[in-house]
Amino acid sequence: MAKDISNIFSVHGLTKVYGEGEAAVHALRGVDLDIPKGEIVVLLGPSGSGKSTLLNIIGGLDRATDGEALFEEQSLSTMSDRDLTRYRRDHVGFVFQFYNLMPSLTARENVELVTEIADDPMDVDEALRLVGLGERMDHFPAQMSGGEQQRVAIARAIAKNPTVLFCDEPTGALDSKTGRAVLHVLNDVNAKLGATVMIVTHAAATAAMAHRVIHFADGAIRSVETNETRLSPDEIEW
Amino acid sequence: MSALNHKLLRDLWRIKGQAGAIALVVAVGVMLLVMMAGMLSSLVETRAAYYERYRLADVFAPVTRAPLSMLDRIAEIPGVAAVEGRVQGGALIDMAGQALPVRASAVSLPAHRVPKLNAIYLSEGRMLSPTRTEEVIVLQSFADAHGLRLGDELTATMYGARRSFRIVGFAMAPEYLFTTAPGEFVPDSARFAVLWMNEEALAAAYDVEGAFNEALIALERGARVEPVMAAVDALLDRYGSLGSYERADHMSDRFISEEIEGLRATAVVVPPIFMAVAAFLLYIVITRLVQSEREQIGLIKAFGYTDWEVSWHYFKMVLVIAILGALLGSVLGIWAGRYMALVYQKFYHFPFLVFRVDASSLMMGVSVSVLAASAGSLVVLSRVFRLTPAVAMRPPAPMDFSRSGAINERLKNWLDQPSRMVLRRIFRNPGRIFGSVIGIAVGMGLSSAQMSVLSGFDETLDLTFGVIDRSDVSVSFFEPMPAKTAFDLAHLPGVIEVEPTRGVSAVLRNGLHTYRGAVTGLVDQAQLNRAVNKDMSDIVLPENGVVLAKPLADILQIAPGDTLVVEVLEGKRPVLEVPVASIAETLLGSPAFMRMDSLNRDMAEWGRVSAAYLRVDSDQLPALYAALKEMPSVAGVTRREDARAAIETLMDSGAGSMRYVMVAIAAIITFGIVYNAARIAFGEQSRDLASLRVIGFTRGETAFVLLGELAIVVLLAIPLGVLIGYYLFFLIAAGFSTDIYQIPTTFRPEAYGMAGAAVIAASVLSGWLVKRDIDKVDLVATLKTRE
Ligand SMILES: Nc1ncnc2c1ncn2[C@@H]1O[C@H](COP(=O)(O)OP(=O)(O)O)[C@@H](O)[C@H]1O
Ligand SMILES: [Mg+2]
Repeated sequence: MAKDISNIFSVHGLTKVYGEGEAAVHALRGVDLDIPKGEIVVLLGPSGSGKSTLLNIIGGLDRATDGEALFEEQSLSTMSDRDLTRYRRDHVGFVFQFYNLMPSLTARENVELVTEIADDPMDVDEALRLVGLGERMDHFPAQMSGGEQQRVAIARAIAKNPTVLFCDEPTGALDSKTGRAVLHVLNDVNAKLGATVMIVTHAAATAAMAHRVIHFADGAIRSVETNETRLSPDEIEW
Repeated sequence: MSALNHKLLRDLWRIKGQAGAIALVVAVGVMLLVMMAGMLSSLVETRAAYYERYRLADVFAPVTRAPLSMLDRIAEIPGVAAVEGRVQGGALIDMAGQALPVRASAVSLPAHRVPKLNAIYLSEGRMLSPTRTEEVIVLQSFADAHGLRLGDELTATMYGARRSFRIVGFAMAPEYLFTTAPGEFVPDSARFAVLWMNEEALAAAYDVEGAFNEALIALERGARVEPVMAAVDALLDRYGSLGSYERADHMSDRFISEEIEGLRATAVVVPPIFMAVAAFLLYIVITRLVQSEREQIGLIKAFGYTDWEVSWHYFKMVLVIAILGALLGSVLGIWAGRYMALVYQKFYHFPFLVFRVDASSLMMGVSVSVLAASAGSLVVLSRVFRLTPAVAMRPPAPMDFSRSGAINERLKNWLDQPSRMVLRRIFRNPGRIFGSVIGIAVGMGLSSAQMSVLSGFDETLDLTFGVIDRSDVSVSFFEPMPAKTAFDLAHLPGVIEVEPTRGVSAVLRNGLHTYRGAVTGLVDQAQLNRAVNKDMSDIVLPENGVVLAKPLADILQIAPGDTLVVEVLEGKRPVLEVPVASIAETLLGSPAFMRMDSLNRDMAEWGRVSAAYLRVDSDQLPALYAALKEMPSVAGVTRREDARAAIETLMDSGAGSMRYVMVAIAAIITFGIVYNAARIAFGEQSRDLASLRVIGFTRGETAFVLLGELAIVVLLAIPLGVLIGYYLFFLIAAGFSTDIYQIPTTFRPEAYGMAGAAVIAASVLSGWLVKRDIDKVDLVATLKTRE
């Protein structure tokens, strides 16, 4: 099978089953998908449809039950744990719904946690400035609002200059104003750093800023559409 | 510093209370290890150095009177490196202003040379001048006890004659590390003295001019002691040999050996208990930490940190706690060891005793402790290692309480909601509860066992001086006297009752097993000095045969019906064969009892007594003492109160004092475990507790949910603690018991009551500390964080 090198991810027949027998949950039922480099991709779908599962697998956090996921032509399914770790360390940034900052580390230290082990990280201060948090670098998570915490999380994710940024419901816990600010940052990361950005959300309006929108339902892809014209985050209805 | 290390330090700071408590437990364990191990090697080395520098003999051979020429014969025995002859005898010192004479050993020093063996360490003053017969050097500890000074006069009765001496020096000697009057086994600096005098003067006093009455023998390196002893005994037999004995049978060395063995046993048993407790505490704290940081662990792994890096991060926390504890413990151990060395030096009258721990054994001890303490955490860390990021990132499912379903139904009817929450948590997680129960029970068992041992010692004393020895004064004679002498005592002022006794020092033998001790002959139905069992019943002495104390029977491996060989060490030195009538459980010493008349009959010495126990009118004591002082046959007079005070001092100093420390430490451990259990329950439930407060529970009700669990844990732990304590007590009592004293193993409710009360007090205190935290919980903040 010919492979398109311009695709950062190629996914074939990806299946994920949790549990066994009667209790088995089919979270992914054979997903086929190609994602070109440098795009913003939005995954939409009802809760429980398998979006996080897919993200976890192509993000190297989890393994598929069956099928194949290629990152730049390398199969993630056959990688050793050690290689998967390397893959995450060198290429992947994560942003989660609940920020998941280390409560015992300041904003700057949370970012340093990642830059210390990255090959070619950006300057920590610069990463924080990119998300508009220049002055609050020495605050602890408990001293910051949800939006600020999420921006630290994004700074932490982009500071390693990732090839791909996975965002699992990054605005889920935020109000519209801060949510929009966060989307701005993601848009900038894509535009300025050229990172592929995959955003899971159930706020359908977010789709307007994507290059590509994937609709998910019941563990499979319903449809994929590409946007001819994209809206800036400011124009998105919330 | 790396970001992860920042996290490490802040996490440590956050759990500083618990981390500090654990570090302290580690520190106590390491402290005891360093102190005991150091003390042990210091004692062993110091003793060896002291013995060697002052040339302590390997074999002692007392005789009645042997010509000096025999010394050359002894020197020819293969394996003998050096021989010295000396004169030694009993004396009574008449201390000015003191009613009772003090017993003493008078020991000769050669006039024109240094002694080849058993030299003395002159701590003050000068050596004897060879021509002066009235000069003496006095044992330093005795001088200290009576405030004697150089130049003081001393009056002593030797062999019936009163003589005056002038003190020219004070000295210590390796054979008097531990000074006990002959026939007693409790040291008392004030009641026993050693006088060193010129050989000539002493030989004249004891009527052994041109002769010696004790040969000291040093062996060549590697020579076997038994053949030499046999050869010496054969040579000296016709001069009234009392049987040679080796250094290990010398009272002083025996006591210090007991002490060393006691230290060794404690050093092996006790520190590991602390390490186990520390490991257990570390285990639960780290488990809790890892549980609450699941998501963080997943996250760090998601960033690309390897499993090793993440596990190492958490292990570092364990190491920091353990190493800090170990370092603190080493410092404390060296400090405590130095202090203990001073105590030991004073108690055992060493001229020098330097506490030394060599660096390599210190390192070894510290690293073993650290490893042991962190062993438990490795289990938890393996979980960290295996945790995959995807699993870790998912919030853990709410605790499944369905397992307690059947119970729920039954509980519903008669318990309110908070009580049900408490019970469900317990049924949901019995393993964790079990861990806390065990931990607290072990702590309590440890302290109750130690307290039982303490009151066991007290009981031994009470029994010895209330039930066994009911006399007021005991009088011993220089040599066996006709029974009439004892009964004459009844006519002395104030004497109400007299009970004679006959003691015969002897080597007891059963095949290859021997014991150097004595056979005690008692009158039938003795009242003042009785032979009693552990349960306070009289030991019935049979017409024939000997009753042996249990430890003695164990040493000799002998049973009722067997024949005991008694090699008598006095008089005509007969060898008796006596049937063993029974074995008795006694408390103090390792006596062998016979009827006085049957002992005398076997000895073919009718009606002889060697001591007498008196009941006296205390108002007339001074007159009695004055009369006893005038009796030439009286070798020693002991007041029961003095003997008791001496034993109490003995048991409260040296290694004996460790028992008090142990009780304190056991209490600390118990508190540490209880407090940790409370804190952890609080940590696990703080969100739930805050939720309870939000929906309208009062502070008290909320605290109940948390502390109810603690209460149940404690209630379960106490009976288990009693059980553990009971068995531990047997172990410890067996470890502490020697052939010199035994600890009665009777059940002591008061010890368990006190330990239980301590556990409850610790729980109340911990509960109060944690309740303060519950009251302080910031509701909004708790609910905002997601855990
Ligand atoms: N560890 C797991 N064990 C069992 N079922 C799981 C597990 N993780 C996810 N699932 C199930 O897989 C399905 C897809 O989950 P997920 O990918 O999280 O959905 P989404 O992110 O689209 O909401 C759901 O039905 C969910 O319950
Ligand atoms: Mg999801």
